[in-house]
Amino acid sequence: MGRLVSIFDALRVAFRAIAANGLRSLLTTLGMVIGVGSVIVLIAVGQGAQKGVQDQIRGLGQDLIFIQPAATGGSANGGARGAAGGGQTLTKADADALAESGIVGLKGVAPQISAIAQVITSGGNQQVTVIGTTPGYPDVRGIEVAEGTFITDADVTKKTLNIVLGSEIAATLFPDGSAVGQKLRISVGPTNLNFTVIGVMQEKGGSGDGAADAYVYIPVSTIQARIGFNRNASGQVSVNQINLQAQPNANQDRLIADVTAFLIQRHEVTTADFTVKSQEDLLGASTQVSRTLSILLGSIAGISLIVGGIGVMNIMLVSVTERTREIGLRRAVGARAKDIVTQFVTEALALCIGGGLLGIAIGVGIAMGIDGRTIADQDMTTVIQPWSIFVAFGVAAGIGALSGSYPAFRASRLDPIQALRTE
Amino acid sequence: MENLSRHYRTGTEVVAALDGVDLEIQRGEFIAIMGASGSGKSTMMNVLGCLDRPTGGKYYFEGHDVGKMDDDSRTRLRAGVFGFVFQQYNLLPRMNAIEQVELPLVYRKVKNRRVRAKQALVAVGLGDRMKHKPTEMSGGQQQRVAIARTLVVNPRVILADEPTGALDTRTGEEVMGILASLVREHGITVILVTHEQSVADHAERVVRMRDGKIVEDTRRPVWAVS
Repeated sequence: MGRLVSIFDALRVAFRAIAANGLRSLLTTLGMVIGVGSVIVLIAVGQGAQKGVQDQIRGLGQDLIFIQPAATGGSANGGARGAAGGGQTLTKADADALAESGIVGLKGVAPQISAIAQVITSGGNQQVTVIGTTPGYPDVRGIEVAEGTFITDADVTKKTLNIVLGSEIAATLFPDGSAVGQKLRISVGPTNLNFTVIGVMQEKGGSGDGAADAYVYIPVSTIQARIGFNRNASGQVSVNQINLQAQPNANQDRLIADVTAFLIQRHEVTTADFTVKSQEDLLGASTQVSRTLSILLGSIAGISLIVGGIGVMNIMLVSVTERTREIGLRRAVGARAKDIVTQFVTEALALCIGGGLLGIAIGVGIAMGIDGRTIADQDMTTVIQPWSIFVAFGVAAGIGALSGSYPAFRASRLDPIQALRTE
Repeated sequence: MENLSRHYRTGTEVVAALDGVDLEIQRGEFIAIMGASGSGKSTMMNVLGCLDRPTGGKYYFEGHDVGKMDDDSRTRLRAGVFGFVFQQYNLLPRMNAIEQVELPLVYRKVKNRRVRAKQALVAVGLGDRMKHKPTEMSGGQQQRVAIARTLVVNPRVILADEPTGALDTRTGEEVMGILASLVREHGITVILVTHEQSVADHAERVVRMRDGKIVEDTRRPVWAVS
């Protein structure tokens, strides 16, 4: 008599009781289904968002380091504080000097000036981002020419009106055939210029830096000479950003320190009037943001799991009250207090585990269903985390055991004779 | 030997369902406890069946002091020795007859449950009602299922609380006949609680109670048992 009733018997009784109150059991279980399902879906969405941002940053290129003018406007002409990236401390000369500096681990250098411009076509104007840069840019940023050529050293030297198009803009402007050799009119501010298309870039696609497909590229000297950008105190035209590519396996921290020291010396300042950030820095920042998002989403889902658990406990308490006579009878025919506990805990566990399994199926289904779809103008990416399934299921089972044990304890404490007398 | 003696006395309770009762019951007796409602007869049966604990006095079952046992020990004793038959049958509405009868065996880890349950149902004449649920059976049949459920564990004592209370006279007689045969053929002690004289007449010993006290204890010759 030392053993409890067999698991099989306990399960049989539990399923019978659950089936006897079909609708009620279903509604109770629904709380667990929603709880477990939402944990899986929300964590998948959070992880998907994280992956999306990371892919985008990785898609910028490989082993990239960005130098940008300091936001605190360390410009020698003593102007007001500039907006972020709006400083004027970096020049093409800086980029050229870096390229010839021989700093260990530095593979490529490409300065860039970006501007918003209008492409004037017969069908109307279209806004594009113009990047003024040097021939090193495609290698540094990890993009390739699909047709024609990129900007050459000759283009930079002669300040030519040659232009290279991103794949998307090329397809929009010249849908009927090759863009190479075509003429293009571009207006920046008051200036209108006629460019000749010399190349089209390969598509980068949505997985990477998709925005690059809509860029157009011209020689950095052309944008400086024809469009007339800001000159700093020494008469140099400033650039928005200098892109560096590190050697694969290079010590990036060391490289950043070397580049920073080099430019401080070159600018003859005591503290850096620019910032140097690696791709890893950007990744780190974005990972932190999306981790916070994941935690937030996970907490919301966790709360709904707990609410579901309370629902189960509530129903189990009702069930104990309703079945007082049954409990009394079972006690009268030989069930021990432990047997009654087993019975009700098994029942609560069966409800929660059943709900948990259903929740996993629905959660995984929804997460897979919304992956790659566009919802409210957002491209949804979901990454189902196996651990989220185990955690959600484990918590569901734990809640089942917990929410079943108090009602079960109450049931086992019923005085058999009182229980039998209850009408 | 099987010397069931018990001595029960309530303490200082305001409502004394049992008030200083002394009673000794021998093995194999068919005893009826009679009294008006509120006389304490049901309480007595609950104490005898180890469902309830005396608040004062002592109850010895085969020499063991039940009042000192913990809940599990009493459950074991209850499970091993006693069978209960209730006025309202107390069948579980969702189970069919054979499952009802199997129920006590579930808590005893008995093998061949189905076979033994069938035997018990046949013994009470319900061999053809095994798959019926309580709602599909008459009161007499339900009570016989309850007796079969009691019988299946080979109890030494059967406690019957108004077993015929919800039945008409004829079915009541049938049920009493079954109980009497258990005493005769299996040597089971049957303790019957009733307020009907005609039912009590089946027993060989009648104990009358009033206000928690025994007011009469009559033995009748064995041949008088129907």
